[in-house]
Formats: sequence, structure tokens, C-alpha cells
Amino acid sequence: MSVAPVEVEQPDQDEALRTDKPWVTIVWNDPVNLMSYVAFVFQKHFGYPKEKATELMLDVHQKGKAVVSNGTREEMERDVEAMHGYGLWATMQHDE
Amino acid sequence: MVAEFRRARKGGVSVTFGQTEARVLRRVLEEMLELLGPAEAAAEDPLAAALGIGTSTEAPADPALARLFPDGYRDDPEAAADFRRYTEPTLRDAKRAAARTALDTIGNPGERQVLDLEQAEAWLRALNDARLVLGERLGVNEELDELIAALKEDDPRLGLFWVYDRLTFLQETLVRALW
Repeated sequence: MSVAPVEVEQPDQDEALRTDKPWVTIVWNDPVNLMSYVAFVFQKHFGYPKEKATELMLDVHQKGKAVVSNGTREEMERDVEAMHGYGLWATMQHDE
Repeated sequence: MVAEFRRARKGGVSVTFGQTEARVLRRVLEEMLELLGPAEAAAEDPLAAALGIGTSTEAPADPALARLFPDGYRDDPEAAADFRRYTEPTLRDAKRAAARTALDTIGNPGERQVLDLEQAEAWLRALNDARLVLGERLGVNEELDELIAALKEDDPRLGLFWVYDRLTFLQETLVRALW
């Protein structure tokens, strides 16, 4: 399944030109977390505007997952930990 | 009476729980504290304990706990184990603290409670954690209504679904009051 990352640049063919923020945080859909709550968390933690937070939440809900942030590995570990703190199901991975 | 969170002046929220609600919530939150367990024994490595570095490298065997503390990496067990050692003790403490705050601010039945933003967020997290655990135990899926409709009337889980539903409603009102 293809997921369009919101903040992430398209992967570049040339390794040397790759962004210095090659890690992504992914939030996965689950049947318990409320849609309103997930959007609220995205706004609260990432500081996204309400529209963008809602869009990301809908991506999670409808597509099963969404890339919610990108950055260095350390930054993504902080985001994933924060998401787990809110009870969201999040993982991180190196962007392909 | 059905309690709901409302926006209060000065940015906080207010709520008034009835007797039954207060008792059920108390029970749920106490059970959450029990499930989350005491902080990991500082035992062998006091420095690691002071830094919040734990010893568990695998997801908890209890599926409900595994849902509260999921793997941070999908396809990299080694990285997931490391991530868990560095994050799970802190997360566990935070979840305990949220449940504790909620428990301490239920208030007396019929008495209006005013919560500041920090307490309100603790409630938000505690309610969500409780729903995650109940949801896991009850096998909640996207088809919740059908799941409940399929239960026999003497199914012991019926009451738990009712509690789950009440917690969902409460959490929904709290998000609305905060946002």
C-alpha cells in the first residue's frame, strides 16, 4: 500500500542528495483510539494546524497508517515515544 | 445522570460524577494501576535505573500491556529491544502518574470538580489507556456495534462493554472540552 507522506520529500535516486532527515514516524490505525483524540494529539504534539492534524488522522483511519513526522533517528525516537505515551500505535523506520 | 467534561473558565475543564460513575471509574483506574505494576526494581544497576533505562527487551506477554507498550520498530527486533529498554520505564511511570492523577481528582459524587490543563491531559491519557486495555480484553474491532449485538444477554462481558462505552463517551467529551 502506498502512503503519501505529508512532510517527507520524495525519495531521491541519488544517495548523495538525500535529505538529512531520512527517518519517519508512522502511526497505524487501531479500532480503539478515537478520531477526535488522534487529531488532537497530532496538533498538540507536532503543533500542526487543525486542518493538517485532521487530514493526517483521516489518513491513519482510512489508509491504515500515515507518516506523521520525519527527521533524524533521535528525533523520531522522541516522537514515537511521545505517541506511545498518548496510547497511539507508532513505529519508526528509515525512509526508503 | 451521565457525566461529561465541559470547558471551564481559565482554560480548564469541569466534571461532576454521579455515585455509580465515581465508583466505576475508581475501580477502573485502580485496576489500571495494578496492571501497570510498580516501577521496575532499581535492583542491579542503580545508574541505569536513575537514567530510566530498563531491562525488558521484549514486548510484554499480556496483550493488553503489549498494546500500552508497543514495539517502536516493526522489522528490526534489535532496535526495538534497545528502544524498549530506554523508553518503557519512563512510559510506565507516566501512565501510572496519569492514572493516579485521575484517581485523585474524581472527587466526591455530585461534587463539581474543576481540573487544570495538566490534570485534564492526565485524564485524557488515563481514559485512553483504560480503553486500550479494555478494548484488547474484549477484542474490540471496527465493528463494535455488531460485536455487542452478537453477545448473549447473560454474557459476562456485556457489562464491560458498557463500561468501555461510557469511557469512550467521557473521553470524547474531554477532547471536545479541550479542543
